[in-house]
Amino acid sequence: MNKFTSWVMQQKLGSLVLLTLLLAVVFPLTMDIFRLNLVGKYLTYAFVAVGLVMLWGHAGILSLGQGVFFGLGGYCMAMFLKLEASDPESTKIQSTPGIPDFMDWNQLTELPLFWLPFKSLPLTLLAVVLVPMALAFIISYAMFKRRVGGVYFAIITQAVALILTVLIIGQQGYTGGVNGITDLKTLLGWDIRTDSAKYVLYYVCVALLIGSVLLCRWVQSSKLGTLLLAMRDKEDRVRFSGYDVAMFKVFAFCLAAMLSAIGGAMFTLQVGFMSPSFVGIVPSIEMVIYAAVGGRLSLIGSIYGALLVNFGKTYFSESAPDLWLFLMAALFIGVTMAFPDGLAGLWEQKIKPWWQRKQQERKDIRARVAAAHAAYPEPLPRKEGGNALGQMPGGISGQQA
Amino acid sequence: MSAKEFVLYIEDLTVSFDGFKAIDNLNLYVDKNELRVIIGPNGAGKTTLLDLICGKTKASKGSIKFKDQELTKRAEHHIVRSGVGRKFQTPSIYENLSVFQNLEVSFPSGRSVLGALGFKCTHEVKARVQAVAEEIGLADKLELEAGLLSHGQKQWLEIGMLLMQEPELLMLDEPIAGMSAKERELTADLLKRICKGRSMIVIEHDMDFVKQIASKVTVMHQGKILAEGTMDDVQSNPQVIDVYLGH
Repeated sequence: MNKFTSWVMQQKLGSLVLLTLLLAVVFPLTMDIFRLNLVGKYLTYAFVAVGLVMLWGHAGILSLGQGVFFGLGGYCMAMFLKLEASDPESTKIQSTPGIPDFMDWNQLTELPLFWLPFKSLPLTLLAVVLVPMALAFIISYAMFKRRVGGVYFAIITQAVALILTVLIIGQQGYTGGVNGITDLKTLLGWDIRTDSAKYVLYYVCVALLIGSVLLCRWVQSSKLGTLLLAMRDKEDRVRFSGYDVAMFKVFAFCLAAMLSAIGGAMFTLQVGFMSPSFVGIVPSIEMVIYAAVGGRLSLIGSIYGALLVNFGKTYFSESAPDLWLFLMAALFIGVTMAFPDGLAGLWEQKIKPWWQRKQQERKDIRARVAAAHAAYPEPLPRKEGGNALGQMPGGISGQQA
Repeated sequence: MSAKEFVLYIEDLTVSFDGFKAIDNLNLYVDKNELRVIIGPNGAGKTTLLDLICGKTKASKGSIKFKDQELTKRAEHHIVRSGVGRKFQTPSIYENLSVFQNLEVSFPSGRSVLGALGFKCTHEVKARVQAVAEEIGLADKLELEAGLLSHGQKQWLEIGMLLMQEPELLMLDEPIAGMSAKERELTADLLKRICKGRSMIVIEHDMDFVKQIASKVTVMHQGKILAEGTMDDVQSNPQVIDVYLGH
């Protein structure tokens, strides 16, 4: 145990262990499955936030289109689940049985070609990760090789988010349109709507999230992580030290896209549908806010940010339905104004130093007391049994631990 | 090519920005292991010349050959990898990283994305960082955040970052700008030490400093070479005197 503690301290994993305990033990014990499922949903956004910490905080590239990758990951998963839910038996009332219901409504008589790979789970899982990464690669390679960066890059990611939303809504027959892909039931015959399935999926989500954080920690601790920081600081110096800066940015963008996509797939599994409302501009910006509130430099902080903002969203919208948007806005503005580095910054810059100061003061006092004791080598008369309070002289109260 | 071995071989180099020729049909040859100082009034095109060599600016016309490789069409990082190092005018270091990290990141291996992921700070890297840090006088400040260094130390650190890469051609843009007298002296010694086994191009304004380090001086004016020779030759050249004093 001692070994474990020292290893944790050494690797600076304390906050991660704490988070794992909170997510894997405290929440499941204190919440009913409805709330826990909500937390699971929030955690899928945390994947995006973690990706943004790497991309925005660490590499200095702001993307306002992470919803694209979240959505693509989610859609890939949803397509698999939808195909499984649309077996010929349960869709026999359709004019073409065996294809998803929305295709039938849109007069499609055959499964489109690009849906075919999603009949297999392994291919789907690959697609969840690879399709968003491929898109991310194309976008970022084209942009970063041409030295497009900063605000311009952010605007382009916004445009991509808009384009994808329009595309999904417009191609109703292929994508389910504005409703998205709904009525998802089973994963390889396992009903994902039951309480037990929700518990399992929650734990899978937590495990993947912790895994993602560890992956990002590893990237941060590698030379690549140092280079990303260096690029954020002095891009030209990195370039003229022999590095192809564009490729490092592409890497960061693809990494963030992959994490977002995993989040999206977990969202589909836990919530049971996927729709264009998680792809567009507004959700994409919201995802940036999670990272901003939690702290864009802190992987763990961003997870708390995602949880807190979403808890806030749920709480405010339940308790003040008329005002909740204003309350949310106040939260965002308040946090970013008061703590530019988010909650993690608040912890690192205010709470931790305060705590350390307190500890130091306590240590000083203890040292002074010890010094005073040393100055009076006579041991104080030891009380033998009995009630210590009773032996106190009058007027002095005693305290017993 | 002549009998002498040129490391850098610039011919008919021209670059124009919206019709303004910052570099105008320039020819420049730098020998192997030579320390060349380029001087000239403001706007003479000195920094632009370095930009062209290291690929930051693309030439409109002409050729730059480094060890028989044409540089004008190559990407910046390829130019660096072929052995050209360049220090910027304002100290360009990673302020948020430690001195050690600044030097470590400049070590010339693990330069691809995957290479950087798998890069290990081996004994060799550490030894090299230590050696370079001692060379630039920052060995006792390795753990310090680079942003906390003094201006002069930052300049040395950037030179150190270049030394990590073992460039065959080292280009320094005003290395002593903003330095105190003591720091200038140390820098002159440093330059004299590191110029062994490599060619260097130094841009400098400070004439005393130039006299201290230079064997051969090139004077630039309006994108052209005005004079070339030893410091004494150049200083007695009437054209040079005219350019420096006549304006």
